[in-house]
Amino acid sequence: MLEIDNLSFDVETEAGPKSVLRGVSLSLAPGRLVVVTGPNGSGKSTLARLIAGIETPTSGRILLDGRDITGLSITERAKAGIGFAFQQPVRFKGLKVIDLLRIAAGRNLTIHEACDHLAAVGLCAQDYVRREVNSSLSGGELKRIEIATIFAKASKVSIFDEPEAGIDLWSFQNLIQAFKEMRQAVADASLMIISHQERILAIADEIVVIKGGSIERQGPKDEILPSLIGTEMAMGGCPRGLPWRKADA
Amino acid sequence: MLSDVQKSLLKELTGRDSFADGAFNIRANGQSAGRNSTDSIRIEPKKEGAGLDIYIAPGTRRDHVHIPVVMTDSGLKETVFNDFHVGEGADVEIVAGCGIHNCGCDDSEHDGIHRFFIAKGARVKYVEKHIGGGDGVGKRILNPVTEVEMAEGSSMEMEMAQIKGVDDTDRKTTAHLAAGARLVVRERLMTDGTQRALSTYVVSLDGPGSSADIVSRGVSRGKSFQRLDLRIAGNAPCKGHTECDSIIMDDSRILAVPALEANDVDASLVHEAAIGRIAGEQLIKLMTLGLTQAEAEERIINGFLA
Repeated sequence: MLEIDNLSFDVETEAGPKSVLRGVSLSLAPGRLVVVTGPNGSGKSTLARLIAGIETPTSGRILLDGRDITGLSITERAKAGIGFAFQQPVRFKGLKVIDLLRIAAGRNLTIHEACDHLAAVGLCAQDYVRREVNSSLSGGELKRIEIATIFAKASKVSIFDEPEAGIDLWSFQNLIQAFKEMRQAVADASLMIISHQERILAIADEIVVIKGGSIERQGPKDEILPSLIGTEMAMGGCPRGLPWRKADA
Repeated sequence: MLSDVQKSLLKELTGRDSFADGAFNIRANGQSAGRNSTDSIRIEPKKEGAGLDIYIAPGTRRDHVHIPVVMTDSGLKETVFNDFHVGEGADVEIVAGCGIHNCGCDDSEHDGIHRFFIAKGARVKYVEKHIGGGDGVGKRILNPVTEVEMAEGSSMEMEMAQIKGVDDTDRKTTAHLAAGARLVVRERLMTDGTQRALSTYVVSLDGPGSSADIVSRGVSRGKSFQRLDLRIAGNAPCKGHTECDSIIMDDSRILAVPALEANDVDASLVHEAAIGRIAGEQLIKLMTLGLTQAEAEERIINGFLA
């Protein structure tokens, strides 16, 4: 169970402190999938980075299974059971895909196991498992590898920051299937996906709408989704690399 | 008889526990500690001065020769001349390298001068590893000189690695390539403490269709210093590429000196150089996968130098 309790985050700017998130509270129960949506710049990614420990909140608490993890480092949170797929994955000269998957899994995955994770994100595993995670990979390939590492990590709570960005239509359909499979494969795994893609919103149990740093609405999918369809917070069609580009224009 | 320390250095240099068959020469503390020639690879000591002539017969297929050097006596200083004569069309892997273990207070120094005469169409893979160990205050010094003459259509792939432990190194490599010859170099350097590593390449692409690809990756830590001096001269229609890629850490310093010289209108030469610290995002990514910052740094460095 992940609980976010009255979380706020300010940044220093030339014009003084600016509030990025204000009083955000939500909970993510075991086995549930929550999709966080909202306009660009509303603070969605910041919320994810606060949960992963990359940023430190100005106030508020983060609890995992009742334990206050607000003061824990990134590493300690990862070990406690938080997984985080970056919106913009990182390249590493010399590290291979299999190395990243093994670090994520925390054990010496077999090639076969690593290939299963890659296949889940639509990559022909044999071609990729020994590839370097460097600039020879396209943005889309890198993104899928990023998601595969989070599948390999199999955390209690996995957070995906715009997993669809940069992924083509074919992989996108597979990605939806992969999220469904992850929910079945990892018992009681909770997923938080930041997205404004209608088809990802459609697989949510709950939807949280963040605007201007605060939660505007949250509730079961069936309650929230109908009002979002057709807006920038639930875009249809084929996702493109750039957020907020009119996808089917 | 080799000591345990010598045996472990040998193992680290060559990946082998023992030498019994195949062509090899083991040099330990300035003496030959074992040598074997084969039908296709003949190893002869120089008549004057320290060193060997190594003859690889024309047409040799996929053979290999090991010539490791280990030094465990403090205060030893030696210069060794090894000449490799690679016959036409031969295909050979040469594994060289030097391990110095200095527990004493005097400097130990090995200066290996390796010359390669590579005949037409021959293929050489040359692997050279330098390692240093021991906790004495005496320095471990290695100054390798590599000179390569490549005939038409020959190829050479060099893997040079010096990972920690060597206090001072001044490495000089020169090569002359005839028509259609191809040279590939992969150098890996890691310095720490107050170590200093200088590496200079001067490659002349003399024949039409010759090509060179030289990539040096380095990691400098502590207060160490690295200077990478990569020069390619294109004297004919040719292709040359050099790349210096370095991770800088702590209070270390790196000087990359790229140099390209085109003496022919059809010489196509490219240089790339980049120096930077480990990207913060790389560390954060690995930490979100459960590594500590120190573990993440080690993984990034080990991958970079792999």
